[in-house]
Amino acid sequence: MLIRATVNGVERAVDVPPATSLLTLLREELELTGSKNACEQGECGSCSVWLDGEVVCSCLVPAVQADGADVRTVEALAENGDLHPVQDAFLAAGAVQCGFCTPGLVVAVADLLAREPHPSEETIREALAGNLCRCTGYQKIIDAVRLAEGALA
Amino acid sequence: MTELAPRTLEDALRARAAHPEAVPVAGGTDLMVAVNFGRARPAELLDLSRVEELRTWRRDNGRVFVGSGMTFARITRELASFRPLVEASRSVGSPQIRNRATIGGNLGTASPAGDALPVLAAYGADIVVASQARERRLPWNEFFTGPKRCALEPDELIVGAEWDAVAGPGSFAKVGTRNAMVIAIAGICVQLDPHGRSVRVALGSVAPTVVRAPEAEELAAGAIAWDEPDRPPAESFVAEFARLAAAAASPIDDVRGTAAYRRHVVEVLARRELEWVLDDWRNGAC
Repeated sequence: MLIRATVNGVERAVDVPPATSLLTLLREELELTGSKNACEQGECGSCSVWLDGEVVCSCLVPAVQADGADVRTVEALAENGDLHPVQDAFLAAGAVQCGFCTPGLVVAVADLLAREPHPSEETIREALAGNLCRCTGYQKIIDAVRLAEGALA
Repeated sequence: MTELAPRTLEDALRARAAHPEAVPVAGGTDLMVAVNFGRARPAELLDLSRVEELRTWRRDNGRVFVGSGMTFARITRELASFRPLVEASRSVGSPQIRNRATIGGNLGTASPAGDALPVLAAYGADIVVASQARERRLPWNEFFTGPKRCALEPDELIVGAEWDAVAGPGSFAKVGTRNAMVIAIAGICVQLDPHGRSVRVALGSVAPTVVRAPEAEELAAGAIAWDEPDRPPAESFVAEFARLAAAAASPIDDVRGTAAYRRHVVEVLARRELEWVLDDWRNGAC
């Protein structure tokens, strides 16, 4: 079926079977490969994107539900070649190792700080509970949230 | 294509009748896992995520209706006075999952591990289903017919859940391997009803469907000093209550835990939650 959606501010139209995941649509059809395909069951959060302003696992969204929607991916965070403050903070804090979880975490952190500019550590941990990182042990990611919090304030 | 992406319940029910091959989908967080792992290959989807009537909740004269399309994120934000329901909703998956997953999905999937289900059982909820021809209200224990089986007919859709609001403290707790992204090994809801002088106890993940614990409920109704909230419950009562709650479970061994461990979890959580709700009652928290 033909899916029309606004992806990172641009109107796109793609023809895919209705049960195709939004992640597959983004990666295979639109070549937006920032969102990662890892667990395919909503466990890891590597495919996190905004769907009509809410962070979702794009691997669990059937394409039919993206029809007419506003989709923002990690690619939308950097502007004119300048990294988003959350991305800068991840680099500065050493919150990136293998990098596979990073796009999803960056999206989840940007979403959290947009909703809650000064979250408690408990709030941070709950907000990031759906993003798995097997390298960092999470502490440096929490550090990055704090750095980004300062930069965005 | 809009026929399979209806905006109204009437259109959704018409599409359900006209396209029996189309699989209904709301949040997609159960269905798409099956699709991604090759266990389901739906030729067509009936997208219910835009049906306004399903995305509402209301409270009229003490009767509460929660539409099947209410996401767990919205329930957590909007139904604060239903604490066990909020606690259960907040324990579903992760923020990303809760932004999509719906209470109707818990009902339709009918897994005994659905987090909202012990709460609906403790509330004594009716499940509202509809076809083009009629609407039916099924008591929760008639709706669930087995593990991942429910009484929904092929031409019906789940409209929502409805119950009489209880004025009293309640609690939901579950045990899993971590605090998030966990399918419950066991989950329990304990709801106190001081006005009706009763306690409701419902168990998830420890039987083919969610179940109540009638013997524990009966004991509590008689043992609680309803006119004296300040009087602490006898230790022997609390222990017996927990034992009877565990006895209502008929769990199995599976990848998440053994039957013996599940019974143990029920006993421990039943005791803790009874103490919590009695504390809340004493402190006038609800």
